[in-house]
Amino acid sequence: MAEVTLRNIRKAYGDVQVIKGVDLEIKDREFAVFVGPSGCGKSTLLRMIAGLEEITDGELSIGGRRVNDLSPSERGISMVFQTYALYPHMTVRENMGFSLKLAKLPKAEIKQKVDEAARILKLEPLLDRKPKALSGGQRQRVAIGRAIVRNPQVFLFDEPLSNLDAALRVQMRIEIARMHSDFDATMIYVTHDQVEAMTMADKIVVLRDGIVEQVGSPLELYHHPGNRFVASFIGSPTMNFLETEIQAIESGSVTVGLPGGSRIKVPVEGEGHTPGEKVTLGVRPEHMVEGGGADGEIRASVLVVERLGGSTFTHAEVEGNEVITAALEGNSEVKMRDQVLLGIKADTCHLFGSDGIAFKQIERHPLADIARAAPAAH
Amino acid sequence: MKQMANEKRWTTVIAWLVALVIFFPIFWMALTAFKTETEAFSVPPSLFFSPTLDNFVEVFARSDYLKFAWNSVAVSFGSTLLALAFAIPAAYAMAFFPTKRTPGTLLWMLSTKMMPPVGVLIPIYLLFRDMGLLDTVTGLLIVFTLINLPIVIWMLYTYFKDVPGEIMEASRVDGATPMQQLFLLLIPLSLPGIASTGLLTVILAWNEAFWSLNLTSSQGAPLTAFIASFSSPQGLFWAKLSAASVMAILPIMIVGWMSQKQLVQGLTFGAVK
Repeated sequence: MAEVTLRNIRKAYGDVQVIKGVDLEIKDREFAVFVGPSGCGKSTLLRMIAGLEEITDGELSIGGRRVNDLSPSERGISMVFQTYALYPHMTVRENMGFSLKLAKLPKAEIKQKVDEAARILKLEPLLDRKPKALSGGQRQRVAIGRAIVRNPQVFLFDEPLSNLDAALRVQMRIEIARMHSDFDATMIYVTHDQVEAMTMADKIVVLRDGIVEQVGSPLELYHHPGNRFVASFIGSPTMNFLETEIQAIESGSVTVGLPGGSRIKVPVEGEGHTPGEKVTLGVRPEHMVEGGGADGEIRASVLVVERLGGSTFTHAEVEGNEVITAALEGNSEVKMRDQVLLGIKADTCHLFGSDGIAFKQIERHPLADIARAAPAAH
Repeated sequence: MKQMANEKRWTTVIAWLVALVIFFPIFWMALTAFKTETEAFSVPPSLFFSPTLDNFVEVFARSDYLKFAWNSVAVSFGSTLLALAFAIPAAYAMAFFPTKRTPGTLLWMLSTKMMPPVGVLIPIYLLFRDMGLLDTVTGLLIVFTLINLPIVIWMLYTYFKDVPGEIMEASRVDGATPMQQLFLLLIPLSLPGIASTGLLTVILAWNEAFWSLNLTSSQGAPLTAFIASFSSPQGLFWAKLSAASVMAILPIMIVGWMSQKQLVQGLTFGAVK
């Protein structure tokens, strides 16, 4: 069992606070992803869990054991670095067996463990090469192999794929996800790429300026962002935000104005708010449809059309000079300088108050709590 | 295109001129070593003469070249090894466990090289006299180690700084102690840098004259003192002086020549990534 618990974890360099009190519970065998813009403290937080940065304040426990003052190697963790951090003067075999050699394991046992890891990662033909004779993807595999042989309770990944090209990144993403299900280990993964976060995580932790903005499953963050920052960070292309004001509040809905004068009745709780209040309406590009007939309509003039085949990203200007993006169908015939009518379904809309906090949605999305894997048959 | 070719030609010409100016004294010294004393003094100097080995024979006969040479080898290599033994842990600590005072300490160490050595001659001389270190190889070894230590630490510090921090961190996760990090990672990874630092230190120590002349006379004297011994008592003998100089610089020139590739590589290491 290796759950990772952070209680009011803080990090300060002199007077500068980088991590401002993080409380977090990562369950055993969970795949947690720390995501956020650069400088949000996600890597620092991971390095604190690894023991490479001192914890200024708070308590960190791994597998129920307080580890604040333990060295990295005593914490039962392995880490994969962004730059791979292989030892350049050692062969692949020596790189992978280094930790076991330091732990003074018998040679035969080291060989057996390294061979086993090499087999899993398909590194067998490369065992006698030096890192400089390997490609980026192979180096990353060796780095993962070095992490595996220690048989850790918790794997830590610090942006491990950002030095790889796009195709290899997709492939490694799948491999890491499979590795997670094979090893039954807890994994904590840091990335700035929300696609990696969405595709791999059981639990996403969104960080900004050293504070946890929201924790939840990928679809929970997608369908129920707690605030405007999370809403804009998760999802691609990013969510459209339209400044508007509340026109009416009823039980179970709030009606706001749309550009062009029409209105939409959003199914959120309006308690504590008043008509006339300034709010922001959030609509994801993929939730807009061409033509009318939906719960709300916006008229817009098309500025740029990006055809991706499967979908058509349409950037259009609405009344009041705001530019919105709609992910229309791939076979949409929309062209630049066209006037289009974009339809919005009310239950896909988000409302944010002037403080950026989201209005509570009346209905929870049915997939918000879906598990990544079916329960393993025992 | 033509302009570039011209520029290249000029660079070559200037490089040759500079090289000639630098090399000329050495060339002249080598030439003089094979002249007779009269030819050595003649004005205008003669470029064409019948070379003689008399000077070398006489220099050999008059003093124990091999003993001086051995002293030089002992102090230059010995002080280099000693300096490396102190500097490697020091540079490691400063490069990977810096404190607020590390930059200041580095600068302070380098600043000791800005003081003219003669400024501390008297105290060091008196200390050596009282400790019985005058005219000993041990004494010279200590002085050379200390005067080269700042440069050695400074150079090693820059080489160590070039080793990616993530590699050191990965080894911490793998369970390496600071000592294991030093011996299993840092030293093997910066071997080219350590080698060229060592080479430079050997050369500096070999050519050092100020302290050798002031602290040694015969028993502990290296080759620089050997050369000087031909310049004083019986007046100046250019040819013999030159012969002695040639014999003094020959070993280090050969070492330098053989390792020049390594030396240049090491000294420009880190400048180009």
